[in-house]
Formats: sequence, C-alpha cells, structure tokens
Amino acid sequence: MDWGYFKELLMGGVVKGSIYALIALGYTMVYGIIELINFAHGEIYMIGAFTALIAAGVLTVAGFPAWSILILASAAAVVWSASYGYTVEKIAYRPLRGAPRLSPLISALGMSIFLQNYVLLAQTSNFMPFKNLFPEEGFLENISEVLSATEVIIIFTSAVVMILLSLFIKYSTTGKAMRATAQDRNMAMLVGVNVDKVISATFIIGSSLAAVGAVLIASNMGQINFFIGFIVGLKAFTAAVLGGIGSIPGAMLGGLVLGCTESFGTGYVSSDYEDVFAFTLLVLILIFRPAGLLGKSDIQKV
Amino acid sequence: MKTGSRRMVKGVALIAIICLAAFGMFGCGQGEEKVVEKEVIKEVVKEVPRALEPLKLAVAGAHTGDLASYGIPSVRAAEILVEHVNATQGGVGGRKVILVTEDDACKPEMATNAATKLVGEDVDLVVGHICSGATKAALGIYKDSGIIAISPSATNPDLTQSGDYPNFFRTIASDDAQARLEVDFALDTLGLTKIAVLHDKGDYGKGLAEFAKKFLEESGKAEVVLYEGITPGGMDYSAVVQKINRSGAQAVIFGGYHPEASKIVMQMRKKDMDTIFISDDGVKDDTFIKVAGDYAEGVYATGPKDTSKNPLAIEADKLHKEKYGEDYGAFYLNAYSAVLALFNAVDKSGSTDYEAVSNALRNEYVATPLGIIKFDDRGDAIGVGFSVYQVQNGKYVELEG
Amino acid sequence: MGEILKSLKAAIWFMFLTFPIMVIKVNPIEDTVVWRWMNMAYIGVGVFFLSFLWRFMLARRNQGKKAEESGKARMPIGQRIAEEPKIKYPAIALVGAFALTIPFWADMYNTNIMTNVLIYVMLGLGLNIVVGLAGLLDLGYVAFYAVGAYSYALLNHHFGANFWVVLPMAGFLGAAFGVALGFPVLRLRGDYLAIVTLGFGEIIRLVLENWNEFSMGPSGIANIDRPPFFGIKMDLFQKTDFMYYVVLALAILTIIAVTRLKNSRIGRAWIALREDEIACQAMGVDRTKTKLMAFALGATWASMAGVVFAAKSTFINPPSFSFWESVLILVIVVMGGMGSVVGVILGASIIVLLPEYFREFSEYRMILFGGAMVLMMVFRPTGIVTAMRQKYTIHK
Repeated sequence: MDWGYFKELLMGGVVKGSIYALIALGYTMVYGIIELINFAHGEIYMIGAFTALIAAGVLTVAGFPAWSILILASAAAVVWSASYGYTVEKIAYRPLRGAPRLSPLISALGMSIFLQNYVLLAQTSNFMPFKNLFPEEGFLENISEVLSATEVIIIFTSAVVMILLSLFIKYSTTGKAMRATAQDRNMAMLVGVNVDKVISATFIIGSSLAAVGAVLIASNMGQINFFIGFIVGLKAFTAAVLGGIGSIPGAMLGGLVLGCTESFGTGYVSSDYEDVFAFTLLVLILIFRPAGLLGKSDIQKV
Repeated sequence: MKTGSRRMVKGVALIAIICLAAFGMFGCGQGEEKVVEKEVIKEVVKEVPRALEPLKLAVAGAHTGDLASYGIPSVRAAEILVEHVNATQGGVGGRKVILVTEDDACKPEMATNAATKLVGEDVDLVVGHICSGATKAALGIYKDSGIIAISPSATNPDLTQSGDYPNFFRTIASDDAQARLEVDFALDTLGLTKIAVLHDKGDYGKGLAEFAKKFLEESGKAEVVLYEGITPGGMDYSAVVQKINRSGAQAVIFGGYHPEASKIVMQMRKKDMDTIFISDDGVKDDTFIKVAGDYAEGVYATGPKDTSKNPLAIEADKLHKEKYGEDYGAFYLNAYSAVLALFNAVDKSGSTDYEAVSNALRNEYVATPLGIIKFDDRGDAIGVGFSVYQVQNGKYVELEG
Repeated sequence: MGEILKSLKAAIWFMFLTFPIMVIKVNPIEDTVVWRWMNMAYIGVGVFFLSFLWRFMLARRNQGKKAEESGKARMPIGQRIAEEPKIKYPAIALVGAFALTIPFWADMYNTNIMTNVLIYVMLGLGLNIVVGLAGLLDLGYVAFYAVGAYSYALLNHHFGANFWVVLPMAGFLGAAFGVALGFPVLRLRGDYLAIVTLGFGEIIRLVLENWNEFSMGPSGIANIDRPPFFGIKMDLFQKTDFMYYVVLALAILTIIAVTRLKNSRIGRAWIALREDEIACQAMGVDRTKTKLMAFALGATWASMAGVVFAAKSTFINPPSFSFWESVLILVIVVMGGMGSVVGVILGASIIVLLPEYFREFSEYRMILFGGAMVLMMVFRPTGIVTAMRQKYTIHK
C-alpha cells in the first residue's frame, strides 16, 4: 500500500467533498422544509461565482489591496446569491404552494434554464479566468506537498461554516422555527411561526452557503462559465440524498463520502467510470438504507 | 359515462384503422406521384439555361449554443465570399449565388432537421457541418439527395476512411493525422519513453486519444503508462493528476478541448509537476492561454499550419476585418477555403451536378488561404497540414520541423 | 397608489439584483471594466410595468381558483375539448385528418418535424404511465430510450436486422430493463426514487460512452437503415413520408393502449397506489407487482420510441441520451397535464415545435423557453389539461 498516494487521494476527496457538502446543504434545507428539489440551486452557485469575479475585477481596477478584495468580493457573492435565492423562491415557488407536487419541480427546472441563459446573454459564453483570491503564501509549507494553501483554506472554511450553521439551527430562534416548520408546517403555523419568513430564510441561508462554495472552488480551479452550476448541482444533490435528504449532518457526510468515492474510484480504478462509482454507491446505500446514511426513515402515517 | 369512454376508445380504434388503411393505400401512391413530378421538373429545368437559375449555397453548423463560436466563423466566410463573387464576377459560372444558413447546435437530431430543411429548399452545395456527430447524421440525407457537403472542421476519420460518404469532403486534416503528428513529435523530437494518454470521453477527444495510443504502442519506442477518460466539466481533476504523477509519465497527450486541458495543466503545475503537456487543435485556442495564464507556458498543441503569410489568407483576414471589425474565429480559413474550392469546382465543371462537381474537386487544384489544394478519392484535402505549436511568452508559436 | 409603490419597490429590487450581471462586464485578463448603465434603466422600467401585469395575473388566477372551489368555474378550453363529447369527437376527427394528411401538403422539413413530435408523444405517453398514473417520479427515463435505440442500431449494424423484427424485441428488452431497475428501488419513496433513476440513466449513458468495443463509444453508430416497406425502393421524400406514417401508426397504437390501460384494473390500481399506498395495499392490491408493471410498461414504449428514433435519424451517439432529454420528456408530461393523454399530445407539440419554430430568435430561444416553463407552472400549475377522474353514475 502506497500511503503517500492514499493520503493524496484522500485529501483530494475531502476538498471536493467539502464543496459538495456546502452546496448540498442548500438542497437539503430547502427539501426539508418544502419538499422541493430546487434545481435552480446550482445556478445560484454559478451566479455567486460570477458576482465574485465581477466584484474582484472592479476592485482590482480601482486599486484595492488583495486582502480587501477577498473580503469584499466574497461578501458581494454572498449578498447577491442570497438575493437571487430569495427572489427565485418568491417568483417561481411561492405562487405554487398547494399545487401538485411536480409543478414546482418543473418551475425549478425552468428557472435553472432561465438563469443559465441569462448569464450567458448578459455576460459571455466563454470560460472566464478566475484569479485566485487567496494569498498563495507558503504559510503552511510543511504540508504543501499534499495540499496547496487554497485547499487548506477550502477545508478550513467549509468546516467553520458548517459548524456555525449547525449552531445557528440548534440555538437561534430562526433555526428553531426552521426545524419546527420542517417537522410539521401546519403545526408550526398554529404555534405562531411565520412560515413564509422561515422559507425565505432557508433560501437565503442555502444560497449564501452556495456562494461561499463558489468563491472557494472558483479560486482553486481558476475558471468559470455559465454552465458550471449544472454538474456541481447534480452532484451536490446526489450528496444530499446520499446523506439523507432533509438532514443537515447528512448533507455534510454525504458530500464527503461522495467526494472520497470519486477520488478513490479514479485513483485506484479508472476515471472513465468516475460518475458510475458515485451513482452505484448511491444506489447501494439507498437499497440498504432507503432514507440515506443519516436520514430518519419516515414513519408511514396510516 | 362508463359506456361513453368505451365508445371513445372504439372511436379512436376506428380512426386508427382508417389511418392505417390510408397509409397503406396512399402512402406509397402519393410518393410515386412526387417522383414523377420531380422528374418533370428536372426535364423542364434542363431546358432552361442554367445561367438564369441562382446557385444556392448552404452553410450548416452550430450557430447557437455553447459551440456557436466554432460555427459562426464559417457563416461569415461564406457571407464574405458570396458577396465578393456576386459583386465582382456576377456569381459563379454565370449564376448568382444565394446563401442559406441553418443551425444544428452540434446535435445530431437537429442536424437531420436542418439537412431535410436544406434538401427541401433545393440547395445545390453545402458547407458543413461543424461537429463530426452532426455531420454524420446529416450526410446520409445529403447522400440520398445527391448533394455535396464540405466541412471546415469535422475531423472524425470515419467520415472519409469508411467510404460510406462519397459526397463528403473536408478542408481539415483528420484526427488520425493529428494524432500521428503528436506521437511523432513526442517520440522523435522530444525523445519520450513514458507517456500518459488522456481524453475527455467526447467524440473528438476520445477518437484522437485512441489513435495516439495505437500509434504509441505500434512504435514500440514508448510505453503508454496511463490511458483514461476524464469527466468533462468536472469540478476538480486532482485524483487524475495524482494518478499521472504516480504513473511516472514524462508527458501527457490529451485529446479534448481547452476548458478541461487548462484545469489539468493548472492542477499539475500547482502540484509542482513539470510533466510535458501535448494536446490538439481543441486546445490550440487563445482562450486556453488566457485562462491558464502563466501555467500555460511550454504547453504543446497541434493545429493547422500557420498560413498567415499566404496572400490569400491575408486577403481573407482583411475582408473579415472590413466587414465585421474584428479578428476571425476558429475554422474561418478552413471554411473560406471550402467555399473557394466549391466555387472553383462549379466554375471548372460548368454545372452543379453531383458527378461533375465531385470530379472537379478531386482533380482541379485551387489556390486557397490554406495553400494550393485538391481532394483525394476519400475526400481529404491534399496539401492541408498540421504543425506543432508551443506556448511561449503567452503566445502560440509554430515550431520548425 | 399602493400598487404603484409596490411596482416601484419591485423595480428597485430588480435593479439591485441584476446590477452585477447586467451592468458590469469585466475583462480579467486586461483588467478593464465596461459599465452598461442603460441595461439598468431598461430593467427598472421593464420590471415596473411587468410587475403590474404579474400581480393582475396572479389575482386573476386566484379568483379562478376560488370560483372553481365554489363550483361555478367555466371549464377552460383545453379541458372542454378533452371532456365534452360534443366538442371531443369533432376535435379528434379534425386532429386525425390533420395528422393523416400532413405529408401531402407539408414539405419534407415539416413532415420531419412532425415525426419528431410523434416520437415525443410516444415517449410522453410512456412516461405518463410511470409518473402520471403510478406517481413514480422517474428522472432517468431516457435510459430506456437509449436501450431501444442502441439495440436497433447494434443489431442492424452487426447483423443487418430488420426494423420490424427489432421493434417488438426492443419492446421486451425495454420491459426487462424496466423490471431490472424497478426491482431494487421499489422500497424507495418519492424523491429518493427520482435520484436513483437519474443515476441509472447516467450510468447507461456513461457505459455507452466508455465501452467502445460494445457501443462504438462517443463517435456513435452511423448508417442505420430506415424501416423497409416490402422491399420497395424509395427516395428520400418517400422515406420521410413513410417514416412519418410508421411513427403515426405507432403513436396511435400508444394512445389506444394507454387509454385502455388507464381504465383497466391495473390502471386503476396505479392511480390508487399513487393516491394512497397503504390504503391501496389494504384493499388487496399487490404493490410490488403493480409498480413493476408500471416501470415495465413505461420502459416498453420508451424503448420502442428509441428504435424509431434510431431508424429516423440513421445516426445515434450517447449525447442524445443525456439527463436533459429525460427532463424534456418530464416537462412534456407535467406541462400537458399529468395523467392526461390529450395533455401529453399538446405538451409534446409545444416542447418540440416551439424551439424549432423559434429558430428566428436564435440566442434568445432558450431563455424564452425557461421563462415560459416558469410562467406556465405559476399560472397553470395543473398543466394544460387536468386529467379528470373517471366518474361513475349509478342508475337505480
């Protein structure tokens, strides 16, 4: 067994998995509350990356120092992604409360196509180089053979963000209201939870997380275009289901498991079937645990 | 109500029977009528002097969608030449030229729609399509209708080598020629012995990689230490990069387009790997250098021979700048040459008949921006070649040899 | 006054929202920035007026809903065509006559497009069994389409197999695949099922792409034979027309079969299963068998449509069977109205014809399409035609 190689694959998988997890959280939170697969979520991530690119470009021209560009561009990405998430919910999903279950799904698909082409038309169809926003200084030289500084930042940031989110959900009033709504929307309404506000908050938080993921991964990969949201969205959704959709720790675990599966599958077998490994794992897990790794199997109501 | 629905079902069944009967009776009869009509038209047409009838030139390919940047330059080439030839010579062979364009978004099913539309409009000659898959789907329809198609960019070897499409010509070298060049360069010029071959699982990239692998194995001079397809549009290729590192490859030969290539190159360089990267025409694009920035330095890519010193190429460039006010895009010169070759063939043979034009294309040399060319029996252009380029100081530079 | 304020608010919000993407364009290589302030003005003015329309339409929709609940609503046009015998039969006759005569007056291009519509009608009706009737959300339906297309293409390529022989074979093969997929995932509910079927669809496509020895990989299979007609030689026009009639006959066969299925014992079991699984089992319906049946029958039609597709386009390669294609078929079913045959036909016509005749709009085509999907769902969430439950009246 080649430990160096194993470690490298593991770290690669963890980096990838952290990003999947960040985006999967958006899917899982929305699903937990309104039972909708929000297909436009990948597009929110893409818009986050574009906003960061644009903000960084403007700030660079204006001559800001590097660390302030990092903060301001990330903030812009979070603010605008959250705004898009909020608006998309208001336009495409809110009028559909109480409609047949598949109608919001089609609406979400339509929104996804719309946003992709909106960015394509307003910006460009070409790949845009995305400058690394993080200072590439060797402050972590001793592990740089395994992980680059950016990759360390990715793992660290996602871990912090996810811990903060867990705390928020557990202890804040909004977090409690969200859990209550997820459990039973009507009952939550009866005890005085403003369900509309809770749903909006869910979309805002989920979109902000996607924006954080977008800034991190775009910095690492160095390029973006209008289509990047689609594949990442699909993978993140898979991760959410893998971990048990509706469960927040589940999304994190699902992301990591998916990232590592892809990494090891590629490393030890072949990347020809990278996605086949991912989906086969999903099918196998769902056969033995139909509600995902950490999902509660819902009690059938009679 | 129950009986109502029963009756409805019966009604539908009845219609179905009528319809089947109708299709049995008229289906073939009506077709025959059409043929008769068509022959009549043909005879009438023969009597009318050809000069009165305009020549319809079609340009088909991806004009929308993410691959539009490969298709639009060929439309522009045709627009410029048609305008030019109508204005200066009153058309080709005494006939005015009309340009028709049709979009296929590089999808085979849309390509068949586009092709039937063009056949229905009685076009005489087709420049296109852009992608190999779409070209294959459309060629069958052109073949059945006796229309010649000449592609500026479809590089799949089967198109010419299978012999299935006698009506097909192209002004670009096929994938195997490109793979041969890449392999020869890696073996003879660079003297490499351990090579990893990667591709993007696409029609173009995988086809090329398969040839590269075959040629490497046949040569016996180098070992293929890794042969894999990567997931196009993937978020991250670190696992593949690690695998290349572990395989001990001195170089990577990659078949595919620039987005994936730049990600792999960047990830390799960030891991301090100085593995040589050799790729194809899909990477020999300025966007690659823009995106990969400093990491692109030293990357090799094959592409059509640099003919920018050719006077016709200079003229083509000038005409494009005059009309569109910007530099020309991918495959522009190939399309320009394709249109020139067609016009020349019609001019020399004096007709647009399938036999006459294809004979002229095969036998008459024509001066184009790509050099003086004609086509071989299979439809590949003789005189169109590839060279190896290297990124030096942020630019692709053609290497001597 | 309040209305104007609301519109003003919406306009300002959208000007803020679209500010980075619409107004600024940066070039990260040369570090230049282009400001397009005019776009912001257009957005502001546009949203200001559209916001009135949006609220007006929403209010009208809600009124309609109320009227429906109180039973006073007038049936919408699509509904009336599908329901009232006085309108229904002439409408069927009209559509039938139209469909039958298309090759006589339409040119080859339009005949070809209509053939496409009919293929999607077949696919839509097949998926309608799975999603509309049995309520199983299938996002990988295209896998069965691929099975059919590749089985004909490969058999034809290697053994010169005849279209008419492969068609029923592919139907059985599709059914087998449907059962093979259905069996392990039966326990899954709702959206878990959706993601697993999605994964299955992707796996099939990836295998076709990677396994060169079997499927010829991404370069696809070319020169597939069109269906023969008693060995008569035909030119391209006749072949196109003949293809059209073949698909028309198959589509009509599908319509009849699905209508019959819907009102059969198994069809009613599907609907019951969709509505309430537990109650349905309590009534003695075998859940496993019923669900597998839905998968198998849905897959049969998809597979047959695949054979037709391969024969029609004479060339296939894996990108034609992407996830996107599954989505398109699902959109046809939901937009048309789940569970309704007329709805599926209308849905297929819209989804195929709109982009085709929108060629003029070129680059705006897809954004219009996406927007239309959202608007359709917001203002008519149950689809164009709402499937009516079979009503039974008891005569005493």
